[in-house]
Parts: sequence; structure tokens; C-alpha cells
Amino acid sequence: MSAVLLSLAAIFAELSLLAFGGGNTILPEMQRQVVDVHHWMDGRDFSAMYALAQAAPGPNMMIVTLVGWHVAGWPGAIATSLATFGPSSVLTALVTRVWQRFKDRPWRRIVQAGLVPITVGLVASSAALIARTADGDWTLAAITAAGAATMLTTRIHPLWVLAAGALAGLAGFGQP
Amino acid sequence: MDSIAARDELAPAPTVGALFGGFLTLGLTGFGGVLPLARRLIVEDRRWLSAAEFTELLGLCQFLPGGNIINLSVAIGLRFRGVAGALAALIGLIAAPTAIVILLGLVYERFSGDAHVRHAFAGLAAAAAGLLIAMAVRIALPIRGNAAAIAIAALCFVGIAVLRLPLLPTMATLAALSIGVTWLTTRRGPR
Repeated sequence: MSAVLLSLAAIFAELSLLAFGGGNTILPEMQRQVVDVHHWMDGRDFSAMYALAQAAPGPNMMIVTLVGWHVAGWPGAIATSLATFGPSSVLTALVTRVWQRFKDRPWRRIVQAGLVPITVGLVASSAALIARTADGDWTLAAITAAGAATMLTTRIHPLWVLAAGALAGLAGFGQP
Repeated sequence: MDSIAARDELAPAPTVGALFGGFLTLGLTGFGGVLPLARRLIVEDRRWLSAAEFTELLGLCQFLPGGNIINLSVAIGLRFRGVAGALAALIGLIAAPTAIVILLGLVYERFSGDAHVRHAFAGLAAAAAGLLIAMAVRIALPIRGNAAAIAIAALCFVGIAVLRLPLLPTMATLAALSIGVTWLTTRRGPR
């Protein structure tokens, strides 16, 4: 049990410090670790957990808590939460004290601008991987396409899109 | 003169309890992105920070790894009440969402044998994938027309989504490449 907790803590601590551009950039690595490397769940479970975390209020990183809880109960949830929110928070606290000194330096802008294409590639990867495991058949793929189109063309609240998706799924179009 | 006016408009420094309560509210009400709500609560309602201070702290939080709003809670808590304030703000922010996602997880595991529930969750997951695709498109829009940035984003996509390479070495390589290219183009470009 404690070996699992240690693995969880190590994986999510690394993710914490690599999450440039926020929580959606680390989904591919999180999925690779918990599904492909450690086989703690299958891809469908991972996509479902991502969806549950999106349906809940709060920061968009709550999937880490849910993954930890699924793997090892409350100790797992605590391990992944501490490992994910701890290192980046300590780093933030440390950098806050020196931020005034370098926020206007040219290199700071260059580093930040240089990280943008990486964020774009990582969020696109997250979208591709989550969509591939969530869309088991053409009706689910249609829900994904309709959701994406709605979000891009209207100003509707995302919660309504999630609710509509759940209802459409409940209607069970074409699902086994 | 300006600074006196600005100080008059701001509320006194929040207590540890007020930080916890403020971020607890954000955690409970922030559906689909906490950041716009955070700005309204911190700048307009509670007047803990001026708009300029908020933007500057947010700049710091976007520069560093981790969730922007998570980093923001730590930075604001620390600014007013030190480590105790940072802990109060962070724990306040994630306490309610933690309880709610685990509750949703329990429902998912308890009822995943039921066909209706399974179908509803499958539809929910498909819609969530749609939200993520829309977000990917929005994030990609600012780099359109920048061939070097598009090439690096495409390399990153192939490495992570197609080849399933580990994140750390992939990111270290591509970030070095991307920052180098950005540096060269900024040097050459007009100032």
C-alpha cells in the first residue's frame, strides 16, 4: 500500500512542477503513468474522471484528487493532492519574493513566450487523448463535436454543455 | 496622491479566516473556470487588491508551473498573512471541490453497473472532451501565422499524443528549442 502511495506522490510531484500552462497540459503524462505504465485504471475510467472533475466546481486540477482516491482511497487522494499542490505552491511562495526583481527583464518575457507553443501542443494532446478514449462510438463522437462547436460559437456556460452531453448519453443513442 | 487614493479604496488586510472564507466561496461557486470569479471577488467585492496588483500577481502565477488559481491563492495568502495565510487560502480553495469530486466518484463507482448511469457518464465524458477541444482551439489561435511556434506545437503533439513519449525529456528538449527560437527572433526583430 505504501509503495503505491510513494509512486503516486512521486508521479504527481513531477507533474506539479511540469504544469506550465495549467492543469490541462499534464493530462497526457498523467494518463500515460496511471493507465499505460501502472495499469491503475483503463482509459475509459480516466476519461470519466476527467469529466467528473470538470462537472465539479473549483480549480480544473481536481482530477488529481479523484485519481488518487480511485487508486488508494483517502490516503491516495491526500497523497496526490499534497504532491500536486505542494511543490508548485512552495515554488510560487519562493518566487513571489523575487518577482519584482525580474518581472520586467527581457529574458522573463522570452521564456514565457517560448513556453506558449509547448502549452498549445500539450493541451491539443490532452484533447486528442481524452476524446479518443471518451468517444467509443459515433454518437459519443457527435456529442464531443457538438460540445466543442457550441463552446466555440456561443457564450453558453460550460456546465450546460456537460449537462446536455449527459442527457444525450442517457438517451443512449446507439450505445450497447 | 494616487497611492493614497488607491489605499483608501482597498479594504484592510484580510485575516486568515477571511482568506479561508473568500477562497472557500471561490471553490464552491467556480464552475468551469475560477479565474473570472476570482478577479471579481478579490478586486471588486472584497477589495483585497487593486486591479493592477491583481494583474501583476496573476502574471507571476501564469509564469510558474501549477494551476493559475492555485498559485494565486498561495501568493495572495502569503502576501497578507504569511505561511498561515497561504495555507488557509489554498485549503479553502480546494476543500469543497475535493469533497464534491470524491462524492461524484463514489456515485460513478457505485452505479457504474447500471446501464442508464453508464450511458449518462459516457455522454458527460464525451461532452467534457468537447470542452477540452474548444479550449485547445482557443489556446492555439494566438500562434496562428507564427510558423516556428506552429512547428514546435506540432512536434510537441506528435511526441506526446502520438508517440506517447515521457513528458519531462520531451518538454525539456522542446522548451529549450522554443525559447532559443523566440530569443533569436526577438533579437532580430525590430524593437
